[in-house]
Amino acid sequence: MTQELKPAASVATTPEALRALISEVLAEALKQGASAAEASASVSQGLSVTVRLGNVETVEHTRDKGLGITVYFGKQSGSASTSDLGPEAIHGTVRAAASIAKYTAADEFSGLADVASLAKSIPDLDLYHPWNPGADRAIEIAAACEHAARSADARILNSEGASLSSHEGLEVYGNTNGFLGAVAATRHALSCAVVAQDDSGMQRDYWYTVARDARDLEVLESVGRQAAARAVRRLAARKLSTRETPVLYEAPVASSLLSHFVGAVRGTSLYREASFLLGQLGKPVFAPWIRIYEQPHLRKGLGSAPFDNEGVATRDRDLVRDGMLLGYVLDSYSARKLGMETTGNAGGVHNLAIEAGDDDFPALLARMHTGLLVTELIGFGVNTVTGDYSRGAAGFWVENGEIQFPVEEITIAGNLREMFRQIVAVGRDVDLRGNIRTGSILVENMTLAGS
Amino acid sequence: MTSLLNQVRGTLLDPAGIGEGEVGRLMARLLGHRLDYADIYFQYSRHESWMLEEGQVKSGSHNIEQGVGVRAVSGEKTGFAYSDDIVLPALLEAATAARAIARQGGDLAVPSAWRSSPVLDLYQPLDPLTSLEDGAKVKLLEQVETEARRQDPRVKQVMASLSGVQETVLVMRSDGVQAADIRPLVRLNVTVIVEQGGRREQGSHGGGGRFSYQDLLAKGAAATYAHEAVRQALVNLDADAAPAGTMKVVLGPGWPGILLHEAIGHGLEGDFNRKGTSAFSGRIGERVASIECTVVDDGSLPGRRGSLNVDDEGTPTQQTVLIEKGILKCYLQDLQNARLMGMAPTGNGRRESYAHIPMPRMTNTFMLAGRHDPGEIIASVDKGLYAVNFGGGQVDITSGKFVFSTSEAYLIENGRVTRPVKGATLIGNGPDVLTRVTRVGSDVQLDSGVGTCGKEGQSVPVGVGQPTLLIEGLTVGGTHGS
Repeated sequence: MTQELKPAASVATTPEALRALISEVLAEALKQGASAAEASASVSQGLSVTVRLGNVETVEHTRDKGLGITVYFGKQSGSASTSDLGPEAIHGTVRAAASIAKYTAADEFSGLADVASLAKSIPDLDLYHPWNPGADRAIEIAAACEHAARSADARILNSEGASLSSHEGLEVYGNTNGFLGAVAATRHALSCAVVAQDDSGMQRDYWYTVARDARDLEVLESVGRQAAARAVRRLAARKLSTRETPVLYEAPVASSLLSHFVGAVRGTSLYREASFLLGQLGKPVFAPWIRIYEQPHLRKGLGSAPFDNEGVATRDRDLVRDGMLLGYVLDSYSARKLGMETTGNAGGVHNLAIEAGDDDFPALLARMHTGLLVTELIGFGVNTVTGDYSRGAAGFWVENGEIQFPVEEITIAGNLREMFRQIVAVGRDVDLRGNIRTGSILVENMTLAGS
Repeated sequence: MTSLLNQVRGTLLDPAGIGEGEVGRLMARLLGHRLDYADIYFQYSRHESWMLEEGQVKSGSHNIEQGVGVRAVSGEKTGFAYSDDIVLPALLEAATAARAIARQGGDLAVPSAWRSSPVLDLYQPLDPLTSLEDGAKVKLLEQVETEARRQDPRVKQVMASLSGVQETVLVMRSDGVQAADIRPLVRLNVTVIVEQGGRREQGSHGGGGRFSYQDLLAKGAAATYAHEAVRQALVNLDADAAPAGTMKVVLGPGWPGILLHEAIGHGLEGDFNRKGTSAFSGRIGERVASIECTVVDDGSLPGRRGSLNVDDEGTPTQQTVLIEKGILKCYLQDLQNARLMGMAPTGNGRRESYAHIPMPRMTNTFMLAGRHDPGEIIASVDKGLYAVNFGGGQVDITSGKFVFSTSEAYLIENGRVTRPVKGATLIGNGPDVLTRVTRVGSDVQLDSGVGTCGKEGQSVPVGVGQPTLLIEGLTVGGTHGS
């Protein structure tokens, strides 16, 4: 079985071609009477394969392209996008955006990012490491990963399979203030999900590794073995009775707490007064020793970006220091609404991290002594307006710093405003697999609901 | 439906200069390898959205997406590739990539003629985007704002959005079946923030379906949705901490049917059951609910958000009885999983777009009416929770544990609905939660048309519904221990 995927000749896939396309689109917008415009274009391609119970389940070739434009007629704006990059489609897309702008209200805060904030130079962040394993090699890797999981424990009796994916993409953004920047990036991932079974029933769990450079992926046997170990350890899970308890969020789920923080300090939540952290700038919102910071220029970082979605230069900064909220997450529109400067976060945060403490994971368990270790969260019970928090959980009951037994069908609840202040420790077991980097987080007290 | 087919071909194939000869070449390329089945899915979608905040429609967007997905199936294997360039060389290349999952030497014949799948007539093949002037769309949103603010001076923010989609699809299969559909979908959503004495709360409502903006206007949606969002937000201003622990729960009619979607529906999807990874695997014929419960999935309801004239593999949708008087009857199937399990397809093969592989998905999932008066159901409860509105939910298919989170709930004390309580997540076990349903109301309702279901990264519009029902024990994830 051999297969190749070459970019079709008709698609503009080089940075030069996409830059030319953006320049053309911006020129077209001005020609159609816009006073300003911004546009982004992207092309990407990739392969993903899944192997289940040793056999190929899916081989999927992806290839996408797209163009998005926002036009401004004074303070009125409209947006449009298309997956067709032909000349007619481009004209049509600009026309569609212009037509929308006729009906939108004049908004004094709308417009491009200020020229002074735009990135002057675009550092190479080492994000592009094409791999192209080919379907055959990808299948071999996924199969070996799943095999490692299935042979790790006799109780692994079923599988959802192992998947390998490899993607590369190119994005170009430009605006009529003269900014034109391109970023090429790759992303490779290997994941494995297996089902453990015994007299108590079935439990599924998974593990994955992801990196810009395939050489940085965790070794495949380790991914399989961890998936197996995580599924097996959940067998014979029990329900707990309702109680107040400390909660240790294992690093892979602890990042969700920081996502809720970001949701509450995002510009749109603030100017709409829809945040439980409204008016908290310069005030203590976390335990006094906590530092939360952003590092957009980490080489090979999964959240790295030399400029944001408006061309604004990204830079290292602290959002929280000594527990005090020092900065919001703003794009230029929400910044103007709030009378502030953009923080280079159009499109989101870049490699947000919480400073790790000295405790490794066993030390965190020991510090908690007795309480709940959460390894999985489900549901959407988080209210950004009030901070009220209530989510389904599964994990382990811990006594004397030792895991006692797996638990499931429980919820944990509290209010984020209090939970943030009640963070007792952040472990040095930092999970580097995402845009948010954190170790395990210990929260002093929450309500666990069960039987 | 010849005219619909011609209209769809006119949109999808003619501009690309693709006729039956070209489709035949593509099919021949696919069937050169040993496949059980192959299909080619053409799609053209237009989507728009308009957003209002602070009394003004400040932004709007218009998106066009088009492409062709090419799928090759051999046993449990699927090869898939797609192209957003609808030109023959790119499509042939996609076919070559997709068929590579199987060896050379296919023995399926290329269809010599195409026969049309029977297609239902659940909605008009209209274009919602042009069903109303752009200026009138803006006015509709402004009316939402006016209505919301008029309700109560405590309303501080109103966010409203209006969106419309027209999706034109054509699927051509290796067995010679072809099916076309033009699918309109509109939606209006309102979120309000209210404030009283420094406390802020929100309320949301929305709805829509497979019809035009005109139909939304005719329903008086702007006023109805605005009033409902404000009412919910004001209720929450008075909400106390929700209780924590296992208790009796009465669920209201309509959208709380998200219970069925999470607890039952996903676990009955054919792919999980073929693989044996669902908590419901191998349990057809067993009791999984009380005798009061009959649950169906029905993609053939006129105009509903989850309805389809034909699924994305060319199978007409239908009503499928999942649970009849408490007994598990049937799984939800697409073509591949139905074939592998020796069952009939149920019209549940769906995909987010041409760039995604079809899989078994729900359409409109709901419980049929029971015999109890809703008021009597509440009156029968000494102490419990009455939950009438929800945010989202999620399920772990393998363990069967599911959650859904309230956005409007009250305590029941001595048979009466008393104080409102804050949002809380409810958690239960899918295979046994319905065995504890002791009373089912006569007031079955479907939701207003807001559901979007996510599975393996693919989103599709769905509907849910149910009558008022009483669950004898469900864990409520509040902060107030008893």
